Amino acid sequence: MLPPTPIPAVPSGQPSGGIAVKAPFLEAREISKNYGHVVALNGASFSAEQGEVVALVGDNGAGKSTLVKQLAGIEQPDSGHILIDGQEVKLTSPEVARHYGIEIVYQDLALAGDLNTPENMFLGREIRRGGVWGKMGFLNRPKMQAEAVATLARLGVTLKDPNVPTHSLSGGQQQSIAVARAVAFATKAVFMDEPTAALGVNQTRRVLDLIRAVRDAGTAVILISHNMPEVIEVADRIEVLRHGRRVARFRAEDATVSDLVAAMTGDLG
Amino acid sequence: MTGTSTTNMPDAELQSPSGSGRARRLIGNAVSEYWIILVLAALVVGFSVLSPSFATVFNFKNILDDASLLLIMGVGQTYVMISGGIDLSIGSVLVFAGVVAGKMMGLGAGLGAPGTSNPVLITLALIVGVLSGGAWGALNGALVAFAKIPPLIVTLGTLGMAFGLAQIITGGDDLSGVSATLSNDIGLGTVLGVPILVIIAAVAAIVGGVFLAWSRFGTYTYAIGSNPEAARRVAIPINRHIIKVYILQGLLAGLAGILSLLHFTTTTIDSHGQDELAVIAGVVLGGTSLFGGYGSIVKTVVGILIPAVLASGLVIINVQPFWQTVVTGAILILAVYFDQLKRKTRARGT
Repeated sequence: MLPPTPIPAVPSGQPSGGIAVKAPFLEAREISKNYGHVVALNGASFSAEQGEVVALVGDNGAGKSTLVKQLAGIEQPDSGHILIDGQEVKLTSPEVARHYGIEIVYQDLALAGDLNTPENMFLGREIRRGGVWGKMGFLNRPKMQAEAVATLARLGVTLKDPNVPTHSLSGGQQQSIAVARAVAFATKAVFMDEPTAALGVNQTRRVLDLIRAVRDAGTAVILISHNMPEVIEVADRIEVLRHGRRVARFRAEDATVSDLVAAMTGDLG
Repeated sequence: MTGTSTTNMPDAELQSPSGSGRARRLIGNAVSEYWIILVLAALVVGFSVLSPSFATVFNFKNILDDASLLLIMGVGQTYVMISGGIDLSIGSVLVFAGVVAGKMMGLGAGLGAPGTSNPVLITLALIVGVLSGGAWGALNGALVAFAKIPPLIVTLGTLGMAFGLAQIITGGDDLSGVSATLSNDIGLGTVLGVPILVIIAAVAAIVGGVFLAWSRFGTYTYAIGSNPEAARRVAIPINRHIIKVYILQGLLAGLAGILSLLHFTTTTIDSHGQDELAVIAGVVLGGTSLFGGYGSIVKTVVGILIPAVLASGLVIINVQPFWQTVVTGAILILAVYFDQLKRKTRARGT
């Protein structure tokens, strides 16, 4: 068990107590969330730095998805604090979270399958043409396509034809596009909810490579996964949730699958 | 190596099918995409061979004239169906808009009254007629978007309401007496030999098609019909967009309503009970998906023209014209079958 993190009474914009400790990029302190009588989060804490992959693991019902929803602005916590760069923030909607450079990759239903790759990449933030055409809502498709292809290429993804509907692509390619879309706009942090759950071995490998590429570009990657070997392979740190609380933190190179399982099930030495 | 994803694989191009295989696939795609255009072309060629009086300017003008009101409404229906909805109320909204405009012009029921000759008032009446269609669209859209009532039910309800109110306004009789000048200038008028109705329908189709294909409004329409959840997650204002789409359909039905009034010089209350089915059949026939996310205005133009060409051609070659509905129905079933087949292979393919 970790000792409870001390909570400052006011958002700590200034260095606390004169000690130059850099605040983590994204931090959750003592977050609680109830759904009716169900306690989903019971004082959960979490932190992530830019340029690292943090895996968030836990058994079913441990509160992983609930915590992600609070950190991505989809839901608001009943109590607790969320800090970005040491400043307390209220993530009142996903748009607010986006404004802070935080994006989510969902494990399913991420793309509109009838739309092509550039359309999906820029869905909701289309690039418009200049002048009067742009005011009328006409899209700058050449630019959207060029930027989509460039973003994918940076992440090592090449598509034969970006103009086919994405439903005609493989599951791995679709997931790559969903990841690329998130990281293209996630300047600071990206949550990935079971990004490899539906994928085969080779496709999983490529998505993991993608995760490393995103981290190396300086973004915080928060990976939610059930797959312990995968977590140990790709993560730099691992935080374990149980019964709505953080119960353990590991450096990935020190952790074994049995350590993680023990922490998840409350069977800590 | 499954060769399905090409992440980090610059050599993935090697896995693409050979040149001839790719060409064959391209042709296959084009055929499955545009077979309906081939059907239309075959009909036109077939009738032209069978009878010399089919392929005449006069006859083509008639076909387009007959199809123009359906095409105007078909443009709106294409947006509605791509967004994942359906609008059954358009025939009634057409009648309602005509009745509102006719009433404002002071047309009389029964034998008719000439009504006002004030051009300002007439213009105003026509505008209000179109807007009244938009109001029905707004009601449809709001009920679908906010009350989450299935569009089939919402628009079945407003179908009855709009038609009933139109009858209440007129007491059940058609309003007639549109001045000969007005109907000759617009309703039956031509520019360089092309009927004004056809020109308006063409403009509606071109503008509607351009916005659908190249604007953000069009992209959102596809996205919402394709995967509403994905659209919601990227913060597309889904409800507002759905309402706009139904308003567009309502305005176009209203436009068809005043054009119908000017064309026939009377409100033709009882003649539009099949319009919504003709329009929906045309849109689906063209290949726009009943399930949303897929379709185009070009497809709708073709789908609307097929029944019109059939109707005209069968009369000309002396076949009972009733065969038109039989053949249209059969092609309609085939079109939906193809759509489902495509979706099934897609679901299996991923």
